[in-house]
Amino acid sequence: MSAQLTDTTRVETAASAAPDRKLNPFVRAGLLVLALLVVLALPWYIYPPVAMDILAWGLFAISVDLLLGFTGLLSFGHAAFWGTSAYVTGLIAIRLGLPFPVAVLGGALVAMLLAIPTGYLAVRRTGIYFAMVTLAFAQMLFFLANQARDITGGENGLQGIPKSFFGIELVETDPFYFYYAALPLILLGAFAAWRTVSSPFGRVLLAIRDNPARARALGYDVERYKIMVFVISAGIAGLAGGVFSVSHGFASLQELIWQTSGKVVLITVLGGIGTLWGGPLGAAVVVLLEDQLASSGFNGIGIITGTIFVLIVLLFRKGIWGTGADLIARLRASRTSSGRRDA
Amino acid sequence: MSAFIQYTLQGLATGGFYALAALGLAVIFGVMGVVNFSHGAMYMLGAVGSAVLLDVADVPFWGALVIVPILLFLFGILVERLLVRWLLGLDPLYNFLLTFGLTLLIVDLVKRRYGVSGLPYQLPAGLEGRINLGGLSLSSYQLFAAFFSVVLCVAVWLLLTKTRIGMIVRASTEDAERTRALGINVGRWVTPVFGFGIALAGVAGVLAAPFRAITADMGSNFIIILFAVVVIGGLGSILGAVVAGFLVGLVEAYGQAYAPSFAQVLIFVLMAAVVLVRPAGLFGREEAS
Repeated sequence: MSAQLTDTTRVETAASAAPDRKLNPFVRAGLLVLALLVVLALPWYIYPPVAMDILAWGLFAISVDLLLGFTGLLSFGHAAFWGTSAYVTGLIAIRLGLPFPVAVLGGALVAMLLAIPTGYLAVRRTGIYFAMVTLAFAQMLFFLANQARDITGGENGLQGIPKSFFGIELVETDPFYFYYAALPLILLGAFAAWRTVSSPFGRVLLAIRDNPARARALGYDVERYKIMVFVISAGIAGLAGGVFSVSHGFASLQELIWQTSGKVVLITVLGGIGTLWGGPLGAAVVVLLEDQLASSGFNGIGIITGTIFVLIVLLFRKGIWGTGADLIARLRASRTSSGRRDA
Repeated sequence: MSAFIQYTLQGLATGGFYALAALGLAVIFGVMGVVNFSHGAMYMLGAVGSAVLLDVADVPFWGALVIVPILLFLFGILVERLLVRWLLGLDPLYNFLLTFGLTLLIVDLVKRRYGVSGLPYQLPAGLEGRINLGGLSLSSYQLFAAFFSVVLCVAVWLLLTKTRIGMIVRASTEDAERTRALGINVGRWVTPVFGFGIALAGVAGVLAAPFRAITADMGSNFIIILFAVVVIGGLGSILGAVVAGFLVGLVEAYGQAYAPSFAQVLIFVLMAAVVLVRPAGLFGREEAS
């Protein structure tokens, strides 16, 4: 961008906040097991619907990170896919009475289909323009959903979404068991994101993120790759949105509004861009904080989240995961150097 | 026919707000490379500010039209000095996110202080009635708002094209590096330009106060439409912002008149068409890479 003011030999981009070190495979496997254990134990310690919210928002943040951290595209309209899937999942569950995992998969599929034309238009612009175009399309969808009262219930939302699960009553009525029934869907989304990132396709995305002109010169169809990752990301956001709406039993316009797109970007940046791990971490912080504030009767959540956002962007652009990883790396570096001095 | 003229007037009045605010957005983006998400919140502050001034200090509309933009200019300078400045050298996405956080903060602070229901405000003295023009009955306030926005846009245009200050600002917009090489301290112009852009959003807010519901959320839809306006006009293009502002205002007014359920959607359809045919916007230049 020509309009930079300060002398910038190397502009710090959102993507360069991503850690460039690869974790040691043993550490990585250990973390994975630890993460699974935490996820499995979560509803024992936290009210299960809240635990479900953390996972849903965490997956949603992973889908945003896939675009922002690994492709360098900030989607500020991801509520479009989360919300579309929330509604479609609800409609499938209510009108067809199918088990909820089928409904959620259907919702995610529709979100992916919607992402094709949106992505086709949005990837024509990059950087800040991409953010604005996606934001505007999400808002268009918001207005359409508000108009289509017969289908979406307008401002009342879509109520009474059943948790049908092959007639197993425990899952259908008890949020504790529902959590474990919905967990595979979340893990499916996280796995899809991880596979995308660690495949050759993912390496091309990194190349596009770091130097689009060069990726193009090497013969990669940059726009096509961007559309493909956009669609994958929309599918993951759709999985998250579907689980969220089934868990709550309703889908409302709140799911499509731009503040939701903003919230998920906040969660992603708070957790750490370009880490995938960061999303669930950020989600845990934000969801628990909002839960605390809401139960203490404080109205004005935006004052807290807005302040956090400002501080994070000003001071901790690497987020929780990135800052933590840096600290550990620095500690280890100082320990090895002091060890050498002793020897 | 007379209905059509009324819709046109309404569109021009609404378009005036969009044009003024988008002009502020474009100037800020041009000089600083910052997309100011909090522009909608500043517009809201403009409207809330005039209502509060009336309530607390009995300042009439005409007073607010002068005082509120000055206050917002100062507020903008504060925001630039304390927050935006630190991220100028980085990816523009960071300032986008920073101003987004600021928006949440401002909106909820106003909500806590003044509640969610609308604040009362009347049409300014002398403009309450309607003007009859050959069988047409037009709201005199809407006439004034449309006229005033056009005049202000022209004034800003003259400021930017005919004065030395404008020349420096435009040169910084075009190519900050080369302007600096010509011995101009671009950094010194950044703060007042940000304040100026915020003040323009404030003017739009004051103009909107008499005939829009004044709530903390009034900026949340406004900012999205504003983004559509600058995408249509071409971000950073000053002429584009003004033309697209009035265009979107007209589309919205005609939409409300002839296809009320799709008035808002029409704007985004227009945006999609522009992105499809001319990705850089009507008056924008193609971006590099």
